[in-house]
Parts: sequence; structure tokens; C-alpha cells
Amino acid sequence: MDWFPLYNSLRIAVLSSVVVFFTGIGAAYYAARLPRLVKGVLDAVLTLPMVLPPTVVGYLLLLVFGNRRPVGQWLAGLDIHFVMTWYGGVLAAAVVAFPLMYRTARGAFESFDPTLAQAGQTLGLSGSFIFWRIRMPACRQGILAGVVLAFARALGEYGATSMLIGYTPGRTATISTTVYQLWRTGDDAGALFWVGVNLIISAAVLLTVNLLERPAKGGAR
Amino acid sequence: MSLFVDIQKDLGDFHLAVRLDTDAPITGLLGASGCGKSLTLRCIAGVCRPDRGRIVLNGRVLFDSEAHIDLPPQQRRVGYLFQHYALFPTMTVAENIRCGAHHRGPRAEQDRIVREMVDRLQLQGLEKLRPAQLSGGQAQRVALARMLAAQPEILLLDEPFSALDAHLRDQLQPRLRELLRTVGRQAVLVTHSRDEAYRLCSTLCILDGGRVLRTGPTKEVFADPRSVAAARLTGCKNLAAARRAGDFAVEVPAWGVRLQTARPVPESLCAVGLRAHYFNPRTAVNRFAVVPAGEMEEPFEWCLLFRYGGQAADSAPLWWRMPKDKKPAVMPAQLGIAPENVLLLTE
Repeated sequence: MDWFPLYNSLRIAVLSSVVVFFTGIGAAYYAARLPRLVKGVLDAVLTLPMVLPPTVVGYLLLLVFGNRRPVGQWLAGLDIHFVMTWYGGVLAAAVVAFPLMYRTARGAFESFDPTLAQAGQTLGLSGSFIFWRIRMPACRQGILAGVVLAFARALGEYGATSMLIGYTPGRTATISTTVYQLWRTGDDAGALFWVGVNLIISAAVLLTVNLLERPAKGGAR
Repeated sequence: MSLFVDIQKDLGDFHLAVRLDTDAPITGLLGASGCGKSLTLRCIAGVCRPDRGRIVLNGRVLFDSEAHIDLPPQQRRVGYLFQHYALFPTMTVAENIRCGAHHRGPRAEQDRIVREMVDRLQLQGLEKLRPAQLSGGQAQRVALARMLAAQPEILLLDEPFSALDAHLRDQLQPRLRELLRTVGRQAVLVTHSRDEAYRLCSTLCILDGGRVLRTGPTKEVFADPRSVAAARLTGCKNLAAARRAGDFAVEVPAWGVRLQTARPVPESLCAVGLRAHYFNPRTAVNRFAVVPAGEMEEPFEWCLLFRYGGQAADSAPLWWRMPKDKKPAVMPAQLGIAPENVLLLTE
């Protein structure tokens, strides 16, 4: 039994979730302070990967990171290849999952009571203390929801991933590309097995979130 | 103790231009909602930036647009009690208070300050609770404890009682006054309640539409509010346009009366105000025939409505208020008002 697709899918999903956690929160935090017009434009650009077909995102990624493109060539000089490598899968999954984290985090930040941050300032608390100890905990429900959505989306990513890193068993194969490959080659039993694995992981993630999201004791007035 | 504020800020259709120079222990900013009183407080605290001006606290410049000085709130040493207290919801009461004491030495010292504040504001037993589990009065005490733990030079109180019900408000006002007295720091209190302003503040500053209408000792401001808006904010019920009819006389066309005044009437006079409590059937001056126009019972007072004899029947009636046991069996035929109780108002 070759468990590589499970291992590869999980590391891609986990790593891209970590990337998206920081970039999504950072973008949401700064976007919330921008003037309305700039915010609208930025918002549209940052949300595009969510509404574009994943194959189009994959194509755009190839346009930028392809081996014969300037950025791709420059990265190749640093021995970084996003095409046909497993960490290229992290890039593809992160780009596709980013808008989910960004939008949920932005919603959480926008409903954050600004007087809490102001109270922190007048008490002499530093900006980073206010962000990590006051703003983030107060927004944890929204942030958590964003992380889970991003993780689930990254785990299920197929289109952009298959365009950028293809399907190489033991090197770039993920659960979703493996399911397609096995089904295409007539191995229905194999495909069904990986479908089952995927179902179990997704159900487990969603269940965990539901348990975590239960309101803390005495949380309601 | 001294606070000097002279700031301006444009917010589209609203223009704030406030000048305030006070060394009173408790200065009240009284105004209707949207008059700029909370905005002024936020500018002093540094969480909001004026366009132009200067803010000086005890000789220390907090903001000066010409000298390009704009201290961040963290360096202003200004305590701010928010309207809804702004307690950090994910922290316990003790952790909230510790946030105020975080810059005051090692953890053991911070613990000592937290305990001191818990004792001082009677929060024993609540240390481990979260803000959502507190009553309104408890939340206010935690916010005060957190603010005082930071040892601010001045306390800014933004409608500290508006989140509480009336009963609690009346109970807590004398306690807050006592607390502020023992703390010994200058305080600025924002309120829209004339009772609160009168009870707590020694100096009053009346704001309307982003401007200061009147600043002075509270009793003087109530006795002579000088403008229609200030008279209304200090609770004057009977207001009407008026014109000068002599050095000590005013003509009020809407009421059809000519009133004698104790103070000289200014050239710029445009209205008069008569407080509802000051009418008296036995006062011989400014005594005119009145027509009853209904009555209203209040918990501890009666409010008799009347119109002057020469007043149009469809115009707004005047209010006469008295304690319950002072209510006359029948409405007197004539009511007088002492000349010193005729408020002379400009603008």
C-alpha cells in the first residue's frame, strides 16, 4: 500500500494553511484600515482566486513561475522550482485558499470593537500586545473558521495543483490527483479507497471545529 | 492640575472647534448626543487626531500641530473610562486590571497592584470571572480599577453611567465622586445629563454643534446659561424669542408679556428662558393673568401647564413645576416670576 498521496496531501494542506494564516490575517488587518476605494480594489484582487476556475489560477501561476518565465528563471537561480515539485503544491493550494482566510478574518476584524484597542493604547499596551492578546483572541471564532475553510479547501485542491505540479506518483501525487488518475485508468477500487480517506479527514476536521466552537462556559450574558 | 485644550477637527459636515482651559477637580462636558463631547475626549486621549491645535496637560505638551508634536496614547498617561467600559472579553477581571499595571515593575509588584485595586474597588471574589459574567456596576468598577492601576495623570470619563439603569446610576454617582476625591487626579466627565453634571462637576463646559457655548463654575452656568442651547441643556423648559424693551425690560411676543429683569438686557438678546420651578402666585413683579392648559403628575412633583392671557391658544403652553404638597387646589388667576429668574439668552 502506497500512503504517499495521504502524506503529501496533508503536508501541502498544513503548510499552505500556515502560510495563508499569516498572509490572510496580515492582508485583512491592513485592508480594514485602508480608505474605501483602495479597499474595494484590493478586495476584488485578493478575492479573485476564489471565483476564478482553479485551472485558470494554475495557468496564471505557470505564467509567473514557469521555468522559462523571468520570475521562474530567477527562482531557479536560487534552486527553487515551483513547477513539478511538492512545494509547488503548497503555493497552488495557498493561492486558492487565501481568499477564504482573508475574507473570514476581515469580517472578524471589522466586527471587532475598536474601543478595546483604544483602551489598550491608553493603558500603555504595545501594538503587538494589543494585536496578539486582545484583538486575535476576541476574533478567534472568525479566525478559526477561516483556518478550517482554508485547510479544507487546500486539502481538496485539484485544478491549480494538477496544472502546476502535475501527477508524479511518489513525488507530487496528492489524494485528489490520485483519485482522478486511478479512476481514469479504470482502478475503481483504488479510487474509492482514496475517496474514503478524503471523506474521513474532512469529516474529522469539521467535527473538531464544531467541538472547539462550542461557546466557553459562561460566555453569554 | 491643569488641562488646556484648543483643537479643531473637520469631519465632513461636522466641525469641531473646542477651547477649554481648566484646573477644576472635575470638569463636566455637557451636550446633546453628537455635539462633539466624546470626540473631544478621544482627542485628549490621543486615540483620535485633531487637524489643528494644542493639548497641554500639567505643562506637558501632548499635541501641538505647529510643533509637530503628537504623543501616542501610550505616552500620554491619560486614563480613559469608555462608555461601555471596553473590558477585554477574553481576559479575567484580574488579567484586565493587570493590563493597567503591566509597566509598573516585576510580576510580583503587578500582583500587589492588582490586589490593591481589587480591595479598593471592592472586587473581592470576582478576580477569576470574565467581563461577560459581570453586572453593569461590577464592570464599571473593573474598568475604573484597570484605569487607576496605570496611574494616569488625568481621568477621562465618557458617559460613565449611561450603560447602567437609573437606580444603579443614582447609587454609584456619590461613590464615583468619593473615589475621584481620594484618587486626587483631575477628571473630565462627559455627560448629556444635567443632573449628573450638577451633582459631580465643579466646572461645566457646555458644547453644542462642536463649539463651546459656555464654560464656568457649574452653579453660575445653571444660573446664567446665556444661550438658548445652554438653557435647554441645563433643563430650562420655557423658552421663547424676545426683544429688548429697555435696560431692564424684555418683550416676549409669543407669550404677550413684557418682563422686568434683574440684569441689564444685552443688545444681542434674542430669547428668554423661565425655569419651571420659579413661578409663584405671590410674587408681585412680572405677574400676569394665566389660563390653565392641563396638568401632569410626576412621581414627586406636579407639572401645571398654562398659557399667558395674551398668548395664542394654539401656541405651546408653559410649564410650572412644584412639589406635590405645594400644588394649589385651583390654578391661580395670576402668576409672577422674580426678575432675577428671567434668563437672558443670546444666539
